Amino acid sequence: MRFAGRTVGWSAGLVAVLCAVVTTSAGIGPVWIPPGVVGKVLLNAVVVPTGLSISGPAVDVTTAHVFSYAVSDLQTQIVMQVRLPRILLGAVVGFSLAAAGTIMQGIFRNPMADPSIIGVSSGAAVGAVGFIVAPVVIPFGLGLRGAAFAGALVAAFGVYLIATRNGRTPVATLLLAGVAIQTFLGAVVSFLLLHSGESIRRALYWLMGHLKGASWPEVTTSVVLVAIPFVALLAYARDLNIMLLGEEDAQSLGIEVERTKRVLLALSAVITAAGVAVAGIVGFVGLIVPHVMRLLVGPDHRILLPTAALAGASFLVATDTLARSGSAEVPVGIVTAVLGAPFFLYLLRKREVHEL
Amino acid sequence: MLDVSDLAVSFGEQSVVSGVDFTVDRGSLVGLVGPNGAGKTTVLRALKGTLDPDTGTVRVDGDPIREKSAKAVSRLVASTPQGTALSFDFSVRQTVEMGRTPHLGRFDRMGEDDQRAVERAMERASVAEFADRPFTSLSGGERQRVLLARALAQETPVLLLDEPTASLDINHAVRTLELVRTLVDDGKTAVAAIHDLNLAARYCDELVLLAGGRVRAAGRPADVLTSDTLRDAFDAETLVTTQPGTDAPLVTPLSERESVARRVHVIGTGTPAAAAVSKLAGAGCQVSIGVVPAGDTAAERAADLDCEAVTVPTFAGIDDAARERAADLAAAADAVVIAGETGDGNRPVIEAGNACLAVESGGSGHASGALDTVPLAGLSEAVASLPSATERDAARPLDQSATD
Repeated sequence: MRFAGRTVGWSAGLVAVLCAVVTTSAGIGPVWIPPGVVGKVLLNAVVVPTGLSISGPAVDVTTAHVFSYAVSDLQTQIVMQVRLPRILLGAVVGFSLAAAGTIMQGIFRNPMADPSIIGVSSGAAVGAVGFIVAPVVIPFGLGLRGAAFAGALVAAFGVYLIATRNGRTPVATLLLAGVAIQTFLGAVVSFLLLHSGESIRRALYWLMGHLKGASWPEVTTSVVLVAIPFVALLAYARDLNIMLLGEEDAQSLGIEVERTKRVLLALSAVITAAGVAVAGIVGFVGLIVPHVMRLLVGPDHRILLPTAALAGASFLVATDTLARSGSAEVPVGIVTAVLGAPFFLYLLRKREVHEL
Repeated sequence: MLDVSDLAVSFGEQSVVSGVDFTVDRGSLVGLVGPNGAGKTTVLRALKGTLDPDTGTVRVDGDPIREKSAKAVSRLVASTPQGTALSFDFSVRQTVEMGRTPHLGRFDRMGEDDQRAVERAMERASVAEFADRPFTSLSGGERQRVLLARALAQETPVLLLDEPTASLDINHAVRTLELVRTLVDDGKTAVAAIHDLNLAARYCDELVLLAGGRVRAAGRPADVLTSDTLRDAFDAETLVTTQPGTDAPLVTPLSERESVARRVHVIGTGTPAAAAVSKLAGAGCQVSIGVVPAGDTAAERAADLDCEAVTVPTFAGIDDAARERAADLAAAADAVVIAGETGDGNRPVIEAGNACLAVESGGSGHASGALDTVPLAGLSEAVASLPSATERDAARPLDQSATD
């Protein structure tokens, strides 16, 4: 089928771009490692399961490395332990923000919507800054990430509740409630910063959005948190297309509008929260990437959602590489905004934005 | 097929419709007509189950629509909205394909049946020629046809159309309604809100006239579209005649300034006399005509307009009784208007009249050169400028009236 072919083609192309960006990025840093070497390191890390033994409750999977290229231990160490976690985390964050942005633009039928429109980022900021200023003990060692994640979901749920009446959530109300809550939470963050004393630097750094200090467990957690809702979102892609016709039309085409909106909002809130919790507030990825991909592949979410997510991953890895490769590292949120804002304004001038 | 009972809808404090009852039989096309803000769209939205009525139920095929899932409803009822909020660039084909959603499960792909339905729908709504253009690049009328195609692709037994012809040119308006008519004749049931009363009258089996949130009249177009109901519903004066070639009513709105309260007797036959009758009746005059052969265009027009006509059988010649009756009418009228061929037998009738006007005609040879001639367009003004019979009687000297 022509359509499915287009989706697979674009996705495969963007996966290839992502691999190239990751490989290049893993070579860049204080020690330059050529892409060829990086490639070997990455291939060395590939394992395949060779056997499975079940003894009582324990499941034992034996694996084997497929490749064994000769690479120095130092280079392997730098790529696998220092750079790769950060790069992959960047990819996951970019993926999540772009995916959530695509969904939000669809739900709001507004190309200016972004993932934080329902208060997710502001909630995460309150959670994170609150934790930095007044650390409390959070079980399971979740700490800062957990606080940000929880804050994000609470804020999103609060906005949803405020905007819902008699089981209906009009998007206009949702948008305005989101703006109001964002403003309110912004004030809370300012207040917290005022009383943050010594930790203000750390708090500000978080607010600017960065990927510093990423670790493998973080990568694993966020991959799981993003992947599961993302797959569910893919199943809703066609419904989202129809939602673009307007809610009344969608209803008469057999979409349970309110339920679909609830599901989409919840899934994209989780995805955004997962991204924001590990990276802080990284702006513009969720706004620009879906926009650009819509220009390239059209508005059909069955192709737009996966391609925008993949493009978001590449974009954030690339911008984070820029962010860390200068003489002094800058938060990646600054880089995305510096690159993203002018590009967005260019789009704004070039293409009419019909409705707001 | 559709049954609306005691429907009431309000938005906040504002009651939009109340006490609306009507039924739509399977295989019929029902037009919802009425002034702006009468609640046509609201009733349609209730019919497709997208709003919660305060009271009342809408039943489709016997089951209350609110108890069905959106998916179940969308397999029964397809609708075209007045416009659409679509602001992303889907192609026409993609937009029409969305009409297949009710028939697809979450993980289904479009099958061959679906493709066929989409092609057929695009063909029928004549949008196939721009199937690959983006929806946003289309004109209002083209968009409307695409939305119709989308509804057709849904392949439902019931079709609801909200102003399907509002921004269409006359060709596409007629083609759209012909298409709906064909679909209904093939067994679909359709309800259309149509603001053009004449199109509604021509294509619908029944009309429901809504005004002020209530049903003012319902039934066959000829029973619903009468001057009295229309005055009541629209607060406007109208002239109701018959559409040429059909028995559907033809509604002509009249501007209020034209209303001329005069009694006029028309003498003449054929199209010129018919036109004079329409013009005068349209201007609010009380019109009579005669003597005229039964079956003459002018006699038929007079019958349509509820005007008194003195007729004699065709080719029978004018008998005395008819001549006398016509002469009485002419004498009682404020003015006598001669239009078209009168025939010699009518001469006494003309003479019985007081003030006489002739309608200008392209060289028709009746022998009343002495009469004032006026163009048809200025006829009602000319009549209005004549003194009324009572004014004339008052002005006339007594002795002269005695010798008459």
